[in-house]
Amino acid sequence: MNFEEHAAKALILAPAGIAVPRGMLCISAKEAAVAATQIGPCVVKAQVPTGKRGKAGGIKLANTPAEAGQVAGQILGMTIGDYTVERLLIEEQAKITREFYVAVLHDTQARKPLILFSTEGGMDIEEVAAAKPDAIRRLLVDIDNVPRARDIVAMLKGLDLGAAEQQIAEIIDRLYQAYRARDAELLEINPLALLADGRVVALDCKFVLDDGALYRQPELAKAGSPAAMTDLERRGAEAGLKLIQLDGNVGVLANGAGLTMTTMDVIRHFGGKPANFLEIGGEAYTKSEIALDLVLSNPGVKSLVINFCGAFARTDVMADGVVKAWHKLRPKVPVFFSIHGTGEVEAVKLVRDQLGIEPYDFMEDAIQQAVKAAS
Amino acid sequence: MIVRKKDRVVVLGITGKQGTFWTEKMIAYGTNVVGGVNPKRAGETHVGVPIFATTGEAAQKVGADVAVMFIPPPMAKDAAVSAAEAGVKLLVVLTEHIPAQDVMAIHAAAAKHGTRIVGPNTAGLVTPGECFVGIMPAFVPSVFKPGRVGVISRSGSLGTLVCLNLTRAGLGQSAFIGIGGDPMLGTTTRDALEALDKDAGTDAIVIVGEIGGGMEEAAAEYARDVRKPMVAFIAGAAAPPGKKMGHAGAIVTGSAGSYSGKRKALEAAGVTVADTPAQIAPAVAAGLSKNSKDVA
Repeated sequence: MNFEEHAAKALILAPAGIAVPRGMLCISAKEAAVAATQIGPCVVKAQVPTGKRGKAGGIKLANTPAEAGQVAGQILGMTIGDYTVERLLIEEQAKITREFYVAVLHDTQARKPLILFSTEGGMDIEEVAAAKPDAIRRLLVDIDNVPRARDIVAMLKGLDLGAAEQQIAEIIDRLYQAYRARDAELLEINPLALLADGRVVALDCKFVLDDGALYRQPELAKAGSPAAMTDLERRGAEAGLKLIQLDGNVGVLANGAGLTMTTMDVIRHFGGKPANFLEIGGEAYTKSEIALDLVLSNPGVKSLVINFCGAFARTDVMADGVVKAWHKLRPKVPVFFSIHGTGEVEAVKLVRDQLGIEPYDFMEDAIQQAVKAAS
Repeated sequence: MIVRKKDRVVVLGITGKQGTFWTEKMIAYGTNVVGGVNPKRAGETHVGVPIFATTGEAAQKVGADVAVMFIPPPMAKDAAVSAAEAGVKLLVVLTEHIPAQDVMAIHAAAAKHGTRIVGPNTAGLVTPGECFVGIMPAFVPSVFKPGRVGVISRSGSLGTLVCLNLTRAGLGQSAFIGIGGDPMLGTTTRDALEALDKDAGTDAIVIVGEIGGGMEEAAAEYARDVRKPMVAFIAGAAAPPGKKMGHAGAIVTGSAGSYSGKRKALEAAGVTVADTPAQIAPAVAAGLSKNSKDVA
């Protein structure tokens, strides 16, 4: 789950004792102008849970309250990525002398937390890695311990930090503790600025909460930004189903992430375009009834592939759900089945007897027919 | 990571609905299930198997070479760490959606105690005709039959389909190794490839991969020196970038983890990459017949 900058600063950095600029959250140009009277020369920052806000024109300087109001009016309502700007962070301008980068994230290969630090703040870390790899330092941490002070010192050794080594080492230590305590998937400060007065301040913050840990971070879960969703995707999410709506016309209902992706791939292989990703794998295999309703509710769907390959998911249970939903929904588009694995004998019989449809022996054949029917 | 009939298997969370269902299936198929763990039901017998309070107690009294977890995410870390501390050599973690920092703690404990983790979010391991551990339809005769093709898969459902296609083409399997759909796995594609390469019962290897991460690329490095015919299928060619496709590990970010990158790496290493699952079995058959001609 992603968070807007103001939430990441207020909920993660400030409680961890990492300094952030003075700022106020506003939802109108008028509020922004009022905030600027209290804050003085400021930065007006679009609050959307996505990157590239600056490049999109969502971050602007304002030196007077009138200017803040004017700039705020321009930024509010803008579309950045999948999001419309509805909130602004009005923040005091900082006198920056140096910009650094620091982050804690999972190193999926090492299967350990990784601290990243770079002297090239303000840039994408991927760009720095490509252009100036020597500017990046890495420290893998033993998850059962905290990073040792001497390891942090060693990581920073030899870098020109403008005499802010101690402050930065302290921030790294605190950032790591916040990463652990808050179940972060990524906790990034970019830029971490050394100011003219010698303070080191987090000018931006990106926090991604591990979706697997939402259950034990209930306060944060409430403050995060739900992913941008279509109405259909939202209905799927409410039913506990992962649905991604796509721009094609062949609907997909399959079990398991791997088989569902493959069904989409084979649709494309035969020249068709999938209308959705919808997984009813894992414990969700009992939800085929609502799943059929969802895929048929997608207005672009011209034909449908139902592809079950049961391992944990029992195809007889999934077919039973489909049959139940079928009698209620009476699909108007042609539907093509392929059913194999756990419970296949009962499942094929159900579809044959109840719906009068013969499942295909190979998923490729079912899909090829569905692509043909949709075109 | 190829399970054998002699391996003593302990089931964690044996008394739950899924634990019960799959333990019965495993025993019926031939898996040597020697015990279960549930602290509240210690001393009882469930589906004919003695229940112990801890994995440590089970290991002491009946032995535990392999442990398999039917444990929900909030309890998964403690169960896995205890199993590692009990000296289990192979721990099959079926659980999906374990918090990532707990997964790292599980891997740290496994490294400390010399335990191999398979998973998390794996469908398990099958040695057709011998035994299985996990939630795979080993007992469905149209899907699995004993033979000499080793199959590695991140996905349970797609792995099932691939084994079904092999069986229909008359190609039985030496082992199915489900490595799991999580981003941080204990056993990688490369690890499984190495095990099948060294397995005398395996003549050909199928790699069922997915977009996301760098496991297929790492396996390709190893594949360069493998003499057995290898066929791969990578799911996710049609997946939109930046979206998690069900599995937490199946996401393309920037250029990392892309379909084309994986395909190129595997092809450069001499692996035949199939466009659709139905092409896998014919490609395996072609590889085997070419190899036998080379030997002759």
